[in-house]
Amino acid sequence: MAWFSKKKPVRSAPRATADAPAASRMHGLWVKCEQCEEIIYRQEVERNWNVCPHCQHHLPWPARSRLEALLDPGSFEEFDRGLEPQDPLGFTDSKKYKDRLKSTRKALGENDAFVAGVGRLEGHTVSLGCFLFEFMGGSMGSVVGEKITRVFERAHDLRCPAIVFSASGGARMQEGIFSLMQMAKTSAAIARFREVQKPYVSVLLNPTTGGVAASFAWLGDVMLAEPKALIGFAGPRVIEQTIRQKLPEGFQRSEFLLEHGMIDAIVPRRELRTKLGQVVGLFS
Amino acid sequence: MANGMSYALEFERPLLDLEQKISELKGLSTSSGSDFTAEIARLEKKAKKLQGEIFSDLSRWQVVQLSRHNARPYFLDYVGLLFTDFLELCGDRHFGEDPSIVGGFARFDGQSVLVMGHQKGRNTKENMARNFGMPRPEGYRKARRLMELAERFGLPILTFVDTPGAYPGLGAEERGQAEAIAVNLEVMSRLRVPVISTVVGEGGSGGALAIGVGNRVLMLENSIYSVISPEGCASILYRDATKSDKAADALKLTAKDLLGMKVIDEVIPEPPGGAHRDPVKTAEALGRALRKHLFALRSLSGDDLVEDRYRKFRALGVFTDS
Ligand SMILES: [Zn+2]
Repeated sequence: MAWFSKKKPVRSAPRATADAPAASRMHGLWVKCEQCEEIIYRQEVERNWNVCPHCQHHLPWPARSRLEALLDPGSFEEFDRGLEPQDPLGFTDSKKYKDRLKSTRKALGENDAFVAGVGRLEGHTVSLGCFLFEFMGGSMGSVVGEKITRVFERAHDLRCPAIVFSASGGARMQEGIFSLMQMAKTSAAIARFREVQKPYVSVLLNPTTGGVAASFAWLGDVMLAEPKALIGFAGPRVIEQTIRQKLPEGFQRSEFLLEHGMIDAIVPRRELRTKLGQVVGLFS
Repeated sequence: MANGMSYALEFERPLLDLEQKISELKGLSTSSGSDFTAEIARLEKKAKKLQGEIFSDLSRWQVVQLSRHNARPYFLDYVGLLFTDFLELCGDRHFGEDPSIVGGFARFDGQSVLVMGHQKGRNTKENMARNFGMPRPEGYRKARRLMELAERFGLPILTFVDTPGAYPGLGAEERGQAEAIAVNLEVMSRLRVPVISTVVGEGGSGGALAIGVGNRVLMLENSIYSVISPEGCASILYRDATKSDKAADALKLTAKDLLGMKVIDEVIPEPPGGAHRDPVKTAEALGRALRKHLFALRSLSGDDLVEDRYRKFRALGVFTDS
């Protein structure tokens, strides 16, 4: 139980910054649905868990709002908030990685692209976490990999189910080989967690690709996805460049994956809480 | 070693030109009866010095090029040079056979082992057959099948990594490329037999790691291991694929870099001028390293091996915890 003694868990508080996704369309009083292009009153969308009331399109939903909404009220305790990214490669592209981290952390009020903790789902204790896609495309570097590994270690120690909500472009280039190795680390943590015979539910959000898809996210005992999420190993652009043709409509979307036997179910956001409760209940 | 045309890298050319001149001079002295001994000796000395100059200070981008050299020994070359009695096993038992990963059982110093690796081709025809060493899900599933078979019989596993990456194709996606890789990562992490993974050429991202979760991870001196290709990195981050040399520096992807960051256990030195200049010597050095690490792992129990591998990968990552 090393994780318990290290640090007192921090109870999460609703934060103004956390509710604001990167997409600027979510700012202000009105929101434009990216699918039906209807202009909707922002509060109305938020009350509807960021699902468009007109066309049911699932807009991005900030991680903290998601956890608050899905878990039993007030039950979420955040862990590992103090994990902070480093710059092991001294990486520079158009901007120094250090500076990129600094400005992103400041803008979002988050240290990295993952929030992890323990909460209750319809009365069941669960160890869980969710990507913050707005933090560098939800890319997985050392901090994200470590937090996910600890989600499974906590689930192992507490002998409780694990749930991970993934939304990520994949491994974080700026941390090079260390990002790649998080794929092995998180997958190994799952292998250990299997010993306690508790379910791991992987929920795939839009989008889940690359090194995240090809590691822990695809190792769920039960694999769920939100409607029309883009899910796959290679990104559509890379595939199109490789095969030199346009991809068919709906390729790599949730519905496509269900049809190809790659996931168990597509769950509309409004039904997610019930479905997760059912899974956790049946395996307990 | 090379069947089919092998190319010369730009920075190798001065050396190859000089060597060409030496061999011409040697031919001339035989045919004409003139004595060029002194001149040949002078040029050979110059060639050796030049080789030292070129290869003592390679840029990362030059190492990338060497790692992909089409005369570089490939997995099946090492099988021929280091193992006997090789029995190739094929197919994933679900969909197909993927020749971009080759695996089978063989003897190493008389002991049965599983040997498995990515296999590239040396020319267009071979590369079409091997899909340039880029596996589809079937390849990873075959790999998993063979690894579990080796585990059941208590046989050590030696994997050889050499791929640009997992194939990003339509069929590969339909058949679950991400799932195939993910499952291998989990399965490898709990194998109860010794696993030694050596990057012998290109270690291209998840497609490489999917057979690379070893108790020991080794790299040949001029091989690379990276989360993304320098070209891919350059086109995303600099929006310019021609800045690959810059991306290679940023990614720190050479064997030396990775040893420095303690991500790998050992760098296996290559003969002067690179592995493709002397595949036999390269294989000898690789064989010595495999022997040493296999011996060290021999005394560990199944539990110990799983624990050893877990600790190794659990420790990877750089962050602060305040
Ligand atoms: Zn809409």
